[in-house]
Amino acid sequence: MPTLTKRTVACSWLAATALSALAALPAAAQQPPIKVGFMTVRSGALAAGGKQMEQGMEYCLAERNGMMGGRKVELITVDTAGQPATTKTRAQELVERERVNAIIGPLAAFEALAIDDYIRQVGVPVISPSAAAEDLTQRKQNPWFVRAVGTSAQANHALGEYAAKDLKLKRVVTIGDDFAFGHEATAGFQRAFEDNGGKVVQKLWPPLNVADYGSYISQIRTDVDAVYAAFAGGNGLRFLQQYAEYGAPVKVIAQMTTVDEGILKSMGKEAVGVISSGWYTATQDVPGNKEFAAGIRAKYGADPGYYTAGAYAACAFLDAAVKAVDGKVEDKQALMKALRSVKLEKGPYGEVTLDEYGNPIMNVTIRKTEEKDGRLQNVVIKTYPKVTQFWIYDPKAFLADPVYSRDYPPAKNLGQ
Amino acid sequence: MTFWVSQSLNALALGGLLFMLASGFSLIFGLMRVANLAHGALFMLGAYLGLAAVKAGFGFWAAAATAAVAVGLLGGIIERTLLRRLAGRTLPQVLLTLGLAFIIADACLMTWGGDPMRLPPPPELSGAVRIGDAVFPRYRLFVIGASAAVALGLWLLVERTRAGAMIRAAVDDVGMARAIGVSASTLFTAVFCLGTALAGLGGVIGGPILSVYPSLDQDMLPLALLVVILGGAGSLVGAFVGAYAIGFIYTFGQVLVPDLAYVILFLPMIAVLSVAPQGLFGRRLG
Repeated sequence: MPTLTKRTVACSWLAATALSALAALPAAAQQPPIKVGFMTVRSGALAAGGKQMEQGMEYCLAERNGMMGGRKVELITVDTAGQPATTKTRAQELVERERVNAIIGPLAAFEALAIDDYIRQVGVPVISPSAAAEDLTQRKQNPWFVRAVGTSAQANHALGEYAAKDLKLKRVVTIGDDFAFGHEATAGFQRAFEDNGGKVVQKLWPPLNVADYGSYISQIRTDVDAVYAAFAGGNGLRFLQQYAEYGAPVKVIAQMTTVDEGILKSMGKEAVGVISSGWYTATQDVPGNKEFAAGIRAKYGADPGYYTAGAYAACAFLDAAVKAVDGKVEDKQALMKALRSVKLEKGPYGEVTLDEYGNPIMNVTIRKTEEKDGRLQNVVIKTYPKVTQFWIYDPKAFLADPVYSRDYPPAKNLGQ
Repeated sequence: MTFWVSQSLNALALGGLLFMLASGFSLIFGLMRVANLAHGALFMLGAYLGLAAVKAGFGFWAAAATAAVAVGLLGGIIERTLLRRLAGRTLPQVLLTLGLAFIIADACLMTWGGDPMRLPPPPELSGAVRIGDAVFPRYRLFVIGASAAVALGLWLLVERTRAGAMIRAAVDDVGMARAIGVSASTLFTAVFCLGTALAGLGGVIGGPILSVYPSLDQDMLPLALLVVILGGAGSLVGAFVGAYAIGFIYTFGQVLVPDLAYVILFLPMIAVLSVAPQGLFGRRLG
């Protein structure tokens, strides 16, 4: 049995004192950083959106000096390459190896769907900065998922009403990407437009990666009041350019990503005069957006758009939730609860709250694309305040109907 | 009537564009038996280089010529330094060109960013013309004419010149061509340059219609393969017929049976391949 010498006693006493002194330090100094997984896209067709997301994210963290709720933030950025299988692997890495406290991402709806089951299983808070698929916050809502963007149709209900009531359009042709985002956006427009007395008389669905819109443009009826266009990524640019080549016989109204700031900078005069709707545009006059848009412009030399604002808002949501739980992000349940009751007074969207399904309630604006200060901008002409994903419809009845799709709601006026 | 006129013009323009894309691929495959999977990437590189030249102040035509020459030179370098080492080994060659496709695509993304960009048509060709009741973009009429001119030029080159005779001889039997004094080595490099230059030119000509964006290569390569498989690998006539056939099938298919656009595109290929596995105008490769 070893005997205790004076020396070892002294040593252990010293060590014990030192330890207790450390424990007495303010909590912040010894807390490990909050780990946030950020899923972006750096290669392939979606890379442009991914880059804008990274800018929004970087800007948000810089604005907060890299801190949330008094704790340092460690951002772990991964590239999903825009592929669902890779997204799943990256999500697993973030959760199991990096042990992140929350995930911001991924970019595309099909990526979000690919990790839906996984995040339910492991229970990690996920904030989507851009995936707009309706059912993620509707019929298949996930307790661990909230969204910092609207649903595909959220702004299009407003455009449908505006087209019928204010623009007094009677008959409209729709053309949109043949995938869920295009289907859902068009369905929302059609529903509100027809409920207000308009008629959708023709619906065209070019495949997502179609090389040439010529054969579709030749089909667009010219005896109508407008063409409603719902395109994502670079397709809006191609469609508007080709449509102009064909003489643009009918005026264009559009879903927000068709003329988003992200591609507006690549467009020419073919975009001038397009009327669109959305929850974000760089020019909108809401508390906090002027500073945000000017800041992004100064730092990155381009106007913020859908993805920039989405990633920034996701980051701001997380910040607000972390503050609400006093930085104690290890309690996942509490963090998730705080996320679901986030309320921001200002920012790119202005005032925003989440509904009980985890989807933002925010202003939707009607904008007209104009050339101003030497560049194309979406100038706000009307604001619909506090728009929800259900528009004016009763949420229960809304959710009892099938999800928006290519054929729902049915178009009863085709060919008229 | 208007419907048939305007959609036929659409089909001809698309077919013309596909011919520009596929003729180079077919030429290279016919002579060298190399399925150059970097062809789509070179098409995209051509479009980006053309755009860069236009932004640097070149006119559209000078930009098109610059891009074609630059991509052709790159093709020559690829053939001389890389493909040559793998002569006769099909699988390594295919993997090499596939790897090159990824590298070129990523290099484009790094250089020009992910934003889609528009390549405006030359001012004298912008706007639309009225043909009967149909309205048709002037630039697409030019594409129809230009692709026909390229087709005629290639046909004259292969069928009516000494160089063409050498190409035909080497396509039929490289060993015999060598034996009678054809320098197959020079010929291979020249044809690879020509084929890739056509891809680069096609990229610039296609730019005003397709716009220029990061996955343009992935959208175009399958169409090139489709044309070549349908028309028959290595045959110029095959590429010509295949390109316009696909142009018409695709255009009218997606207009008349919109829900089956892709099925319609691949159905004739299956039909042709089950009857003539070498394609419509392909020869059995020895």
